[in-house]
Amino acid sequence: MIFKGRVWKFGDNIDTDAIIPARYLTTSDPKELAAHCMEDADPDFITKMKAGDIILGGENFGCGSSREHAPISIKAAGISCVIAKSFARIFYRNSFNMGLPIFESRELVDAIKEGEEVTVDSIHGTINITGTDNIFKINAIPTFMEELIADGGLMKHIAKKRDNNEKK
Amino acid sequence: MGNTITEKILMAHTNLKNISTGQLINAKVDIALGNDVTAPIAIKEFYKAGGKKVFNKNKIALVLDHFTPNKDINSAQQCKTVREFAQKHKITHFFEGGFVGIEHALLPEQGIVGPGDLVIGADSHTCTYGALGAFATGVGSTDLAAAMLTGELWFKVPPSIKFIIYGKLQKWVSGKDLILNIIGRIGVDGSLYQAMEFTGETISRLPMADRFAMANMAIEAGAKNGIFAPDKITSEYIKKRTKRDYKFYYSDNDAVYSDTIEINATKIEPQVAFPHLPSNVKGVSKAGRVKIDQSLIGSCTNGRIEDLRIAAKIFKSRKASSNVRLIIVPATPEIYRQALKEGLIDTFMKANAIISPPSCGACLGGHLGILAEGERAVATTNRNFVGRMGHVKSEVYLASPAVAAASAVLGRIASPEEL
Repeated sequence: MIFKGRVWKFGDNIDTDAIIPARYLTTSDPKELAAHCMEDADPDFITKMKAGDIILGGENFGCGSSREHAPISIKAAGISCVIAKSFARIFYRNSFNMGLPIFESRELVDAIKEGEEVTVDSIHGTINITGTDNIFKINAIPTFMEELIADGGLMKHIAKKRDNNEKK
Repeated sequence: MGNTITEKILMAHTNLKNISTGQLINAKVDIALGNDVTAPIAIKEFYKAGGKKVFNKNKIALVLDHFTPNKDINSAQQCKTVREFAQKHKITHFFEGGFVGIEHALLPEQGIVGPGDLVIGADSHTCTYGALGAFATGVGSTDLAAAMLTGELWFKVPPSIKFIIYGKLQKWVSGKDLILNIIGRIGVDGSLYQAMEFTGETISRLPMADRFAMANMAIEAGAKNGIFAPDKITSEYIKKRTKRDYKFYYSDNDAVYSDTIEINATKIEPQVAFPHLPSNVKGVSKAGRVKIDQSLIGSCTNGRIEDLRIAAKIFKSRKASSNVRLIIVPATPEIYRQALKEGLIDTFMKANAIISPPSCGACLGGHLGILAEGERAVATTNRNFVGRMGHVKSEVYLASPAVAAASAVLGRIASPEEL
């Protein structure tokens, strides 16, 4: 897949309370969650961003609560993918399970400024900053994770496995 | 080469003969947990994937503890979704109303989780059950849906960090102080993707309530799970509770660790995590004069009867400052009843406390104790992120029940030694 978009840069340890504050967890409606995406990190984020934009995080992006509402709000807001230096483990799991593309690249996060545009090529594992020759490598993801993405998330992966077993 | 307790429990839930760090495995789940915030999404995913039957009605726990007693219409709807699912699928371990307690205090207390279990929960503090010598980890709602449907889930076998803690604890120092101290040392991603194994002579003497508080906060160091080797203290705790078979696992002497960290506990004073990260830790003597507006004693970290007894000792002949809202949250109905029986609730009420029903509400800034702009709380909870307990410009200071109680009396962050 190719993702092209403007980046919004956040710092280290962006927690899930900042991504979607608990006061909005009385619903699981993606549209309502999207309206408050990143609200406690940047209250104006949702009005500034455009569909296809990319969120950039530092270390340990998505730490804290296991709420899947966090990747749901990001995806429903129209963010195409998240790139960070590293991800907290439940957020990492949730993103693959529910189909939000996420990538790790320390070098890119250090090299890029907010507002610049990047092209992410998930097949070749590269990220390019538009208007430069700089190519950054994306950390490889485990084969199993690739399968999950290809199948469209964990539940579709399970359904596919079940169908295959039934055919046998 | 030997295995760690974490590796052994994971392996015992597969058909594999050996297992190594980094390996992706599918493992059988003993208990899958969800609550009123995370289960509604799991239920939606369950049905979307064509789910008709849960894998085992006795191995799912659904606990309506976050926005309950129902905060508003939306939260009532979420609870209704979970209730209808629980009724339809005849879920054995469904808790609400007068039976509900904060899930991570409730499940061990009711003997639903035990040593050697593999537990997943759509709640990050599921790691609490590691205190019993179980492998327990927080996952998302889609994971919960998959586990409810198939009884299995994918895991990556984590490397383990071994913590060896030795020395006698100072007066008023608890498991909460030990884990805050550790997070202060290694940072909020110090154990990212890894298991934290707590060992050493201090640990072998540590009561269960303290072990639960430590395992509970393993996630605040980014860990996949926190774990303790089961022993006599574990046996004593579970013998009246666990109804299922259980098994004690131990790490081999030649198990491999990614790191070993030794900590001399004699030097640790009561700890306080300053805003806005659980790793921003100082000794209480170095806290300075921090005035507070609220003191919260409760949560899945520190809402157990032992925690309430410590607080009651401090409030025995003292009242909360008139500038402080003191909120006490017994974590489960059993704890509440025991606290009544022992006269602790009376002590708290004489100290001008608000007694909250068992609920996660205040800890996550949901309801039952929200902070206004500029307000500060000392809380025995586990997170002090920006806006965690209310307004984005409010502040949370994490501490033990002893420090939270002393702070309530003096109206500022304080050690019980100052009383």
